[in-house]
Amino acid sequence: MEQPESTLSEDRRQFIKKVLKGTIAGSLLLVLPAGAGNLKVPEQIKGIRNRPWELAKQNFAFIVDITRCIGCGSCCVADKREFNVPDGHYRTWVERYLKDFDDAVYVDSPKGGLDGYQEPRTDIKKEIRDTFFVPKLCNMCHEPSCVQVCPVGATYRSPDGFVLVDSDRCVGCAYCIQACPYSVRFLHPVTHTAEKCTWCYHRVRKGLLPACVEVCPTGARKFGDLNDPESEVTQILKGPGVLTVLKKEMGNWPALYYKGLRREVV
Amino acid sequence: MNSVHEGASYLISNYVFPNDLHVHWSMMIVLYPYLSGLVDGAFIVAALYYVFGVKSLKPIARFSLIFALSFLLCVGMPVMLHLGRPERNLNMLITPSPSSAMAGGGYLFMVTLAVLLLLILFLYRTFLVKQQRQSKGLKRLFYQVLTFGSDNLSDEALALDEKVIKFLAALGIPVATIFHGYVGFLFGGVKANPSWSTPLMPVIFLFSACVSGISGIILAYIVIKRFRKEAVDTACVRTLINTLFGFFILAFSFEMLEVFSHHYLRSGYHHMVEGLLNGPLFISFWIWQVGICSLGPLLILGWLCLLRVKDSAFVIGSAIVSFILLLQVLFMRWNVIIGGQLMSKSARGYTEFHPEWFDKEGIIAVVFVMAVPFIILFILSRIFPLWMEGKSEAQGAGGK
Repeated sequence: MEQPESTLSEDRRQFIKKVLKGTIAGSLLLVLPAGAGNLKVPEQIKGIRNRPWELAKQNFAFIVDITRCIGCGSCCVADKREFNVPDGHYRTWVERYLKDFDDAVYVDSPKGGLDGYQEPRTDIKKEIRDTFFVPKLCNMCHEPSCVQVCPVGATYRSPDGFVLVDSDRCVGCAYCIQACPYSVRFLHPVTHTAEKCTWCYHRVRKGLLPACVEVCPTGARKFGDLNDPESEVTQILKGPGVLTVLKKEMGNWPALYYKGLRREVV
Repeated sequence: MNSVHEGASYLISNYVFPNDLHVHWSMMIVLYPYLSGLVDGAFIVAALYYVFGVKSLKPIARFSLIFALSFLLCVGMPVMLHLGRPERNLNMLITPSPSSAMAGGGYLFMVTLAVLLLLILFLYRTFLVKQQRQSKGLKRLFYQVLTFGSDNLSDEALALDEKVIKFLAALGIPVATIFHGYVGFLFGGVKANPSWSTPLMPVIFLFSACVSGISGIILAYIVIKRFRKEAVDTACVRTLINTLFGFFILAFSFEMLEVFSHHYLRSGYHHMVEGLLNGPLFISFWIWQVGICSLGPLLILGWLCLLRVKDSAFVIGSAIVSFILLLQVLFMRWNVIIGGQLMSKSARGYTEFHPEWFDKEGIIAVVFVMAVPFIILFILSRIFPLWMEGKSEAQGAGGK
């Protein structure tokens, strides 16, 4: 009568041992360092990994190709996930433009295009002549108004051309939000500090493309170093396509260029 | 839609940039220039007496300074309530960014406060020294601090006091002007907002500040005197009303000049500003600010200043017009600050502003912030007597 009981205890002991081993092995995986050197993802921006970051040598530019955007909203989803962007605030968004035969323009961007433009607008009774999508994000101006007005220097332009916010210094006065001509900034409802698109600075420093660029299925968003003669952005800039910037009259000199931008876009 | 032009077609879609739906500078930023404007105007009244020697303003000269101090001490309150991280406010003084107009605010505030405080302490020195001599213990120490430990009331010392007072009051004019001009420039320097970015903005803010300050002094003076069943010095009120009339004509002219310029120049942004004033701001701008609170006071001020009005009617008319002008300036601040933000930078639409009751920038907080200066005024009046009728300025501080 005792034999079966003993086998059961043995099984239980084995089971507990296995669980313990598994737990320890799993925990070790969690605490083992996983630095950039261990990244499995191949380098997406050439010449960044395995060398010191030379701040002033890069000249990054972002190009949005209006003719390629299909309004799927993937970029917005990727951005929201990358930064845990709170609802109702937008680091990037996609606008839908409609133009009728009288040249009247109808623009909308429900939820910043986060859900993608899956249905046509039904509230416009006019016959539509043309329609297109315009992704918006930080213009990374060479003369940024936000940097000029920030009273504490929390917003700054790094030598490698990124306009960034130091959330440890920001006082949350929202002056930068007023000053930005492109309305890309918002006050984070949890941290109460200013936030905006960073062109995924943390990814770029690891040789990775910004999240929105990586997920764009049609290649409407391009990112790269203008000092690299072989980069895609340099090729586009050299090419015959017309590149322009938003609100040129503001004098902010954006590093965000648009290809095929229509005059209706503000 | 046959004669569509770009400006009109912009407005069809009423498209607001997603981050523009929220009005970031709300009622506390309306109160900030309103409070600092009251300080500025009240200081101008005192300067008219102490610097320019307008003798008829003597009864309210000291009151104006204490009134200015009460409001100046509260100017930081709305800013602190507005800041997302108020605990970091000292960063503006410790690590100011020299390129930012806002970074100078803290320093300007401190300079204004220092000048005003010193001016008051020198003005009341005789009175404070006498109080110090009469009191004991902690109270005596308190008065010793206020007099910087000096109890010298000799003729030479008093003559020096007079010189210092005149110097500080004269210095106070550019300081107060720069302080409030800076507040106007905070808005005038925002190029991204077409209704703000005009060099007229500091001028408009400055003159409307004078209007609100003088109105505040007139109304407070009449109300306090009536409450205490004391006689109102009508010669003093008449001078104030004349001054108010002049400043208000200037303020209103500049306000209208800005609207007229936009209207006449018809630049690309005109359509946005026109749509704003005739749309979301129609009631608060055209009806209240321009109609009831500007044209009304112009008529009343014309009646008071240009016709022979009996003293009793003059005092009542002055109180009414001052009250309306205080509202006018509040509407002006509202229409510029909140109104200006209703225009999206998309240039295609307007957002809405709904004030909340219990938010830290809500209606209850506004009432609280507006009540505190009066509480401070009451406390200060226990230390610094507000009135000094029948005494010469050098000895006047000796009693009520």
